[in-house]
Amino acid sequence: MQKKISSIPFKGTAEQAAQLQKVIDANKSDRSRLMMVMQQAQDIYGYLPFEVQQMIADGMDVPLEKVFGVSTFYAQFALSPKGKYNVSVCLGTACYVKGSGAVLQKISETLGISPDECTPDGKFSLSACRCVGACGLAPVMTINDDVYGRMTPDQVAGILAKYAD
Amino acid sequence: MDMVNVKINGIAVSVPKGSTILEAARIAGVEIPTLCFLKEINEIGACRLCVVEATGARGLVTACVYPVSEGMEVQTNTARVQKARRTTLELILSTHEKKCLSCVRSTDCELQKLCRDFGVEDSGKYDGFRQKYELDTSAAHLVRDNNKCVLCRRCVAACNQQFVSVIGANDRGIHTHIGTAFEKQLANVPCVSCGQCIVACPTGALTEKDDTEKIWAALADPSKRVIVTTAPSIRATLGEAFGMPIGTNVEGKMVAALRRLGFYKVFDTNFGADLTIVEETNEFVGRVKNGGVLPMITSCSPGWVKFAEYYYPDQLDHLSTCKSPQQMSGAVIKNYYAQKMGIDPKDIVNVSVMPCTAKKFEIGRPDEDAAGMPDIDIAITTRELARMIERMGIKFADLPDEEFDSPLGEDTGAAVIFGATGGVMEAALRTANDWLTGKDNKDLEFREVRGTEGLKEATYNIAGMEVKVAVASGLTNANYVMSKIKDGTAPWHFVEIMCCPGGCVNGGGQPTQPASVRNTVDLKALRARALYTQDEAMTLRKSHQSPVIKTLYEEYYTDGFGGHKAHHELHTSYVKREKYD
Amino acid sequence: MKSLAELQAVREKARNRMALNGNAPDHVRVVVGLATCGIAAGARPVLDTITQEVEKNHLTNVTVSQTGCIGMCQFEPIVEVLVPGKEKVTYGKVNAEKAARIVAEHLVGGKPVAEYTIGSLMGNKPAQDETVTPLKNTDFYKKQVRVALRNCGFIDPESLDDYIACDGYQALAKCLTEYTPDQVIKIITDSGLRGRGGGGFPTGRKWALCAPNKAPQKYVVCNADEGDPGAFMDRSVLEGDPHCIIEAMAIAGYAIGATKGFVYVRAEYPIAVRRLQIAIDAAREAGLLGKNLFNSGFDFDMEIRLGAGAFVCGEETALMTSIEGNRGEPRPRPPYPAVKGLFASPTVENNVETFANVPQIILKGAEWFSSMGTERSKGTKVFALGGKINHTGLVEIPMGTTLRDIVEEIGGGIPNGKKFKAAQTGGPSGGCIPASLIDTEVDYDNLTAIGCMMGSGGLIVMDEDTCMVDMAKFFLEFTVDESCGKCTPCRVGTKRLYEKLEKITSGNGTLEDIDELEELCMYIKQNSLCGLGQTAPNPVLATIRFFRDEYVAHVVDKKCPAGVCKALLNYYIDPEKCKGCTACARKCPVGAISGTVKNPHTIDTSVCIKCGACMETCKFNAIKKV
Repeated sequence: MQKKISSIPFKGTAEQAAQLQKVIDANKSDRSRLMMVMQQAQDIYGYLPFEVQQMIADGMDVPLEKVFGVSTFYAQFALSPKGKYNVSVCLGTACYVKGSGAVLQKISETLGISPDECTPDGKFSLSACRCVGACGLAPVMTINDDVYGRMTPDQVAGILAKYAD
Repeated sequence: MDMVNVKINGIAVSVPKGSTILEAARIAGVEIPTLCFLKEINEIGACRLCVVEATGARGLVTACVYPVSEGMEVQTNTARVQKARRTTLELILSTHEKKCLSCVRSTDCELQKLCRDFGVEDSGKYDGFRQKYELDTSAAHLVRDNNKCVLCRRCVAACNQQFVSVIGANDRGIHTHIGTAFEKQLANVPCVSCGQCIVACPTGALTEKDDTEKIWAALADPSKRVIVTTAPSIRATLGEAFGMPIGTNVEGKMVAALRRLGFYKVFDTNFGADLTIVEETNEFVGRVKNGGVLPMITSCSPGWVKFAEYYYPDQLDHLSTCKSPQQMSGAVIKNYYAQKMGIDPKDIVNVSVMPCTAKKFEIGRPDEDAAGMPDIDIAITTRELARMIERMGIKFADLPDEEFDSPLGEDTGAAVIFGATGGVMEAALRTANDWLTGKDNKDLEFREVRGTEGLKEATYNIAGMEVKVAVASGLTNANYVMSKIKDGTAPWHFVEIMCCPGGCVNGGGQPTQPASVRNTVDLKALRARALYTQDEAMTLRKSHQSPVIKTLYEEYYTDGFGGHKAHHELHTSYVKREKYD
Repeated sequence: MKSLAELQAVREKARNRMALNGNAPDHVRVVVGLATCGIAAGARPVLDTITQEVEKNHLTNVTVSQTGCIGMCQFEPIVEVLVPGKEKVTYGKVNAEKAARIVAEHLVGGKPVAEYTIGSLMGNKPAQDETVTPLKNTDFYKKQVRVALRNCGFIDPESLDDYIACDGYQALAKCLTEYTPDQVIKIITDSGLRGRGGGGFPTGRKWALCAPNKAPQKYVVCNADEGDPGAFMDRSVLEGDPHCIIEAMAIAGYAIGATKGFVYVRAEYPIAVRRLQIAIDAAREAGLLGKNLFNSGFDFDMEIRLGAGAFVCGEETALMTSIEGNRGEPRPRPPYPAVKGLFASPTVENNVETFANVPQIILKGAEWFSSMGTERSKGTKVFALGGKINHTGLVEIPMGTTLRDIVEEIGGGIPNGKKFKAAQTGGPSGGCIPASLIDTEVDYDNLTAIGCMMGSGGLIVMDEDTCMVDMAKFFLEFTVDESCGKCTPCRVGTKRLYEKLEKITSGNGTLEDIDELEELCMYIKQNSLCGLGQTAPNPVLATIRFFRDEYVAHVVDKKCPAGVCKALLNYYIDPEKCKGCTACARKCPVGAISGTVKNPHTIDTSVCIKCGACMETCKFNAIKKV
């Protein structure tokens, strides 16, 4: 796995920084909570750019490279911002067997981006994920918290259109 | 001690309980190849080269970390084991850029030796995807070529041991690589330039930035007078590069070799070390008498200085303002010596041979330019010097012993021991003791601060004053000292800090020794012994008694220790550094 | 909660409320499955509708609550109506409209809506004396024995009282008040319980190895980093019965002398995490976690740590490094976690399903548990049935059930009349059981014997349309992606395996490649640092073992018998069948199909990208893969 580092300038707000500081303060006594802090930081910022990781490193008193090493090890951590709507296609066994690869391909074509990329307008990002545990509904696709089961490539355009706002 | 009985390749041995198979095998006289293993700092069982067969274990086990148990029988060289090791090497080779012909580590590369030992040809059997990496040449001191990296992580362990942890494993799976945070260039991260990663690296993935071409060019330029100075520890290590036993003192042959390379003068950085001691001791005594900032910390080690600037920017007033011996030597050559000899300092090229990669960084620091130009022009490591000697076809072992040039070739035992942890402290104490008591004390050995431990503390009574000292080597220990200073609980008056564990004898610019040696002998102790032996044999063992020092202050720094001129030329200043640009 | 008596009192009250004591014969409980699958399928609006309708009709005798997963994913949303003294009625594929009808006809009118019941959806005919087939009599359910999943789909997972009503925390109370730690370990050892996470290590022995090790702090860790694609039983337990994990971990803590527990859960399971946290908070509130539990002097507390998407963290040492806040890279063993585990302290780590069995074993005894299953594999096993099978879902069956029973009876066979080809177990660490071995009794040792692995219980059924080489490649792609990159054999070796498989599926392989694959597989198995690498070659080895002919077909005939590997197939239009409707030509994204109206069309194979769109479009079955 290789992470793409975003070149989009960081646009964090003072409010977000205060939120993150609160998270750090609550956890800094226990360095083993590093991942927990990173997860919450990602909830706040949507991704973990340099500025955010540096705050975490300083706050948790761990080397920045360690934070970065962790952020590039786990699939969940993003170094690039996510789109307003993140489209995620399950490539778990059950979904794969039932054709989720074709669904992913179709979305990729429709949006004009590859997995782990974000459309230039920041609206959609695309990712391929491992099993979401809804194998009975295979193939499965999620858009943010919405789950779409028994997907076929034909349905892709219609579903994406729902997020046209 | 509880012992267990095991058999290694049929050889029965009794070894301490808890020993690894590797250790037990060594006792049995059986060598097991390793690659990633570095005792105590990198016991990760990752490369899988040391696999062996052991009774009671499923499959093959890694000898480096697998503990022996009573009655265990180990086979280290079965066909199955050898085949496994060969495949491992073939897989490593499939991701390794094999520019072996031009690689600076050729013939002293651990991967190359293993491949030769196991008859692994570069058949390309497993050639496939290989990530391509750009060279990182941003830092003053090293070149990082991930294309040659075998992911043993020895450099990461060394960097962690040095506390800074600026490199580590990034990404995962086949994309795993050693890198910095956000893949920044090394110059833009808080790397202290210590070079411990280089001496840990088994291949050519990490090498010092080679500055020898600049020297060759200067030597070929008739308008330049190329003067070389050599640090105290070089004489204790250079021999290793020519196959001599660790700890051989080769001072005389080193001087002879330098002369044959064509240097105009061959001086000894030791005079700079003596100079550092008198200036530093004077500064310390002054701080004590005038209520200055204590503890005062030595500043000879540029890796340590850079560390303080990155990690303790608010504590920099604890550092002595004295330049390092390298820089003092350079300043004296381009000022006093140039003036005395009637040479335009612009025509001088100062080359220093250092145990250290951070010295390459230090020569470019601000406020290190007493003559309005850099004090030192080119700093090379012991390894680079060895390569220059080889290139010239000089048979090092056959050289006669020669002496340094006058007038900057004379030194004292105090300067010699600078190369080992505790040496600067002991040298300073010798001088302080004489100055404060006003006597020429015969009792001049301060043994409590000797030895390779990372942190040593002692209390001495000097002229009725209780002086508490600490000696730290390695940045983890330095960090401990600094954290005590920062939180106000440091009991010491005077502290010596060396960046590299064990001091300069174990510097990042010293000859590389394979892990098989590093894991079995104490390099630091063996090399230091050469210096302490030389010190003992010398008649002059106190810096302030050096004739060079006496002359310098009589003829040149006439307003005395710490006087205006000395302060201008021999002292420097520090900067607060941001960790990440 | 300071005594057994206090617990009993709470239990009685809760049982009365749930009408489990026969105290309220007209009390009706309606439960809606609100696990991830259910919610995804639209269970929330169903729950809302039922609640509203019940209110509207003033049905004061009816309580409506959420519950966990009942195991029949494909029939979600599922609603069950429980009337005391009667067989419960299970409805499947309910939507808001159907829900309203169920309330009107069943709850108000007292007559089940037969056509919406699971039995009817599965095509099971009700027995003569019944109007609907009860769930327990369906083919899907009748061979199942629910131990680990006993409360899933029955209780409200967010209610501590519901759990206590179903004997919750009785086992913990019993251990703390009646047994010594050694006795607890003995019961678990005698029960024959083995690790359900994949390896099958005897749980009692694991505890016994850790118990004697002295340390200031010891830990119990629950591995809920369920990463095998296709397996979701752990999620189901956490979502449906979180308290049983808390109870079991406390029991383990008591047995080994640990006072602190960690549950490491995949962050991809937000509902499980939320419910587990609610359960931990409730248990703490009730004094079932914390200091001096049941006045025994034993303290136990726990916290959740979230994974972040790394399959290798299912390996126990990697999981521990991850809890410690690092890259989840495994550590060499020995030292074993029992001696030096989490934070370098003695640690016992078990998987969710393993823990889920523990309270029942304590309450019902080792003999009860060991009476189920086979000689060396006791109890039940939960499988996540998926792939090309009619009934997908979670099934819990006694160890030793044959694969045939699982596939043909419980799973309802293969859709579209296709032939069963193989079942894949153990995910990327496992192998496959070919049709010729369909009568294998599924337990740890039988699977190991055929080069397969129980794994965590994912069971993917494959039909004749599945290419086994492609399947092996799929799993290797997963492993390559999930390899942590620490040791050479796994980091580089698995990638090389994948590249060889790619060579074969793209038609460039040779017979030697198959031999070299096997050789490299054996090397990786023997030389990798952790379980991930050691088992990564299994899908390749198993498919070569049982389907070597398919590999040979790929390299010698340059054909993919299942018609999956694109490079090895061509689309062809049968001129006899083609009516010249032009649908395929219009659908083809690259214009590879030519022909005139009402005349047979042809495909230019040099242009065709083999996407298969034409074949899907053709109404006359004229397009074939050759």
